[in-house]
Amino acid sequence: MREIILIKYGELALKGLNRNTFEDVLLRNIRRRLKNVGAFSYAKAQSTIYITPEADTDAECSALLDAALPRLKKIFGIAALSRALACEKDFSDIAARAIPYLQDVLSNAKTFKVEAKRADKAFPMKSPQICAELGGVLLSHFHHLKVNVTEPDVIVTVEIRDTNAYIHAAKERGAGGLPVGTAGNAMLLLSGGIDSPVAGWMMAKRGLRISAVHFAAPPYTSERARLKVEALCEKLTPWCGSMAFYCVPFTEIQEVLRRECPEEYFTILMRRLMMEIAQQIAKIDDCGALITGESLGQVASQTLHALTCTDAVAKIPVLRPLIGLDKTEITDISRKIDTFETSILPYEDCCTVFTPRHPKLRPKLDEIEAAQAAVNWDDMVAQAVAGTTKKIFALHVTENGGGILI
Amino acid sequence: MSAYLDNAATTKPSPECTEAILSALQSNYGNPSSLHSMGLQAQLMVDAARARIAAALSVDAGTILFTSGATESNNMAIFGTAARYGKRARRVVTTTVEHASVRSAFDTLEAQGFEVIRIAPEASDAEFAEKFAAAVNENTCLASMMLVNNETGHILPVKAALTAAKKKNPKLITHCDAVQGFLKIPFSASDLQADLLTVSGHKIHAAKGIGALRYQKGVKLQPLLYGGEQEKGFRPGTESVPLIAGFGAAAEAMRKTLEPRRHHAQSLRTECIAQLLLLDGIRIHSPEHGSPFILSFSVQGLRSETLLHFLAEREIYVSSGSACSKGKQSGVLRQFGVPDALADSTIRVSFSAENTSDDIRMLTEAIAIAQKTLIHKR
Repeated sequence: MREIILIKYGELALKGLNRNTFEDVLLRNIRRRLKNVGAFSYAKAQSTIYITPEADTDAECSALLDAALPRLKKIFGIAALSRALACEKDFSDIAARAIPYLQDVLSNAKTFKVEAKRADKAFPMKSPQICAELGGVLLSHFHHLKVNVTEPDVIVTVEIRDTNAYIHAAKERGAGGLPVGTAGNAMLLLSGGIDSPVAGWMMAKRGLRISAVHFAAPPYTSERARLKVEALCEKLTPWCGSMAFYCVPFTEIQEVLRRECPEEYFTILMRRLMMEIAQQIAKIDDCGALITGESLGQVASQTLHALTCTDAVAKIPVLRPLIGLDKTEITDISRKIDTFETSILPYEDCCTVFTPRHPKLRPKLDEIEAAQAAVNWDDMVAQAVAGTTKKIFALHVTENGGGILI
Repeated sequence: MSAYLDNAATTKPSPECTEAILSALQSNYGNPSSLHSMGLQAQLMVDAARARIAAALSVDAGTILFTSGATESNNMAIFGTAARYGKRARRVVTTTVEHASVRSAFDTLEAQGFEVIRIAPEASDAEFAEKFAAAVNENTCLASMMLVNNETGHILPVKAALTAAKKKNPKLITHCDAVQGFLKIPFSASDLQADLLTVSGHKIHAAKGIGALRYQKGVKLQPLLYGGEQEKGFRPGTESVPLIAGFGAAAEAMRKTLEPRRHHAQSLRTECIAQLLLLDGIRIHSPEHGSPFILSFSVQGLRSETLLHFLAEREIYVSSGSACSKGKQSGVLRQFGVPDALADSTIRVSFSAENTSDDIRMLTEAIAIAQKTLIHKR
């Protein structure tokens, strides 16, 4: 009997009749994620997925688990995961194996308790009895340990399931959320800054499959800036899965905007045109929503008035998961998901050429619409959409399960 | 057709250099420390290259140490001197316009408790040299001044400043970062009164990853690295024989062509200035008597990065400010009197013997188009 991984899906278990679909998507995401780690077999039962490494030796098995765990921690839909030892459904086997298996974790603990889950009601011992007897076995072997049922250092869990019993002691939190792909598709406006990758990550966490659209304006923006955005896409794939990246040629629109429209409206008009193009590409890519990294009041184009003006263009929902977060909160997440270092690379686009000196903080929709109507944008927008290039970023896997830097 | 006008950032390796590198990689791949004949062959290649670098600096071959490049040479000179001579003499003097590899080394010394005096350039060389020397006192262990500024091409009064500084404190160790002057403007290391002098390979058509530090006999440096006895123990680690051989070969070729190359660059620079000044809104930042290889100017209203990318789309390659700082402003332009508003619009073109009048024409025509088509700063 070897070690396996137990996957628990929290919220997912509540999903009534859809549960099977959700489980299947999660299982598919897990299989994809572990495909190039090694061979595993998968089983699901009673809100748990059992991942068993197919290995010949204990060492191989342990190496496979070491490689799999960090990857699994980035899969949305998993509430908790733990390494567990599979035993015969026999108390003496459980007790005998628990001692060496828990040696390390219990040697470093002062207090513990045992919890038992008896899913197989045919098992001859009842849960309290399992707890009491296994606790006794452990106490007699680890003399320094004390039982503490309210705040133990370690909780030893014994699960009696249909085919096996499982012992585990260190449950780790998973990425939470819902499996990517269960909530539909959405198009992320990805700028290269700190916020938008975080916004994409947050919505992927709620089960959306993400595509990204980026607006490039060479020579005002550089090749390095585009590569940086591509690197950000790559960094999101361990969480979001493979991702389509659309790059829109935006130079002409920016130049015409700058020449033909009032300076103070530049940013809002630009964002409206970005929204328009993004939703046209979203349609092509079968996305039902847009995602932006806007946070209320962060800059002039993110005031309530400004958002009203940009939203007026959108015919599909615009999801703004960062709307209520502070910059520090956003930065914390970007560090956690490892996009921060890439986001702050100094290849800022030369937006400062275009940025108005005094942007309008409270633009009125009718004024904005009038300003935009001064130019016929349809052809330029159509041209931008037609000139858009697409690139697929496959799930990116490195040894430590993270993305790579450019 | 392309125009590579970024030779102060790096140069194309010369045929002599690539040939020497290939030969060292393919046939002479021994370790110079090996006692057998292949080791000896490698050792001889390193010795020959050392002699060539020494000849280019008009010094004795025994005073050249090979390093991984100018950054290491500068660090070795500054930290090596401070560690050896700075136990009691805690003051060091430098300028406000040094390359980052000198500037940051001094910043670090400052954090370690040294008193760092940074002298800004003056309109007159004599005044600058005088002010520099005046900052040296009996507690000063090191004075460092670059020869040619990498961003503007200003030639600094190294000889006058270091001579006067040594007069004030004969125990003073002097250093000169001569990277942008080496084999571009004529000088000899001893003439400059620099006890330590930094040169780099890839600015003179050798490969990246190789440089040298020339030291005056008698100067003792604390090494940065510890290991074997290579480079007299100052710079342990197996010598990069191919890069060293390439460096020697490039230096030898460049030494023979210094004068014609200098004149060629001078005429390109003059031509470039003349054509630029036909356009509106051009401000030349390089001084008339600066290095002929570097020309710094601004195109008013255009951001340098935008113009740089615009030019790159047409296969014309230049720098904005200094290539080392990748978009970060170093503040050096301000020290030379360039207003901040113009610093943001500054382009550096830098020449080599390979450039022609066609390159200048391509550049100036493209800038004229950029001025008409690109969006200007507000």
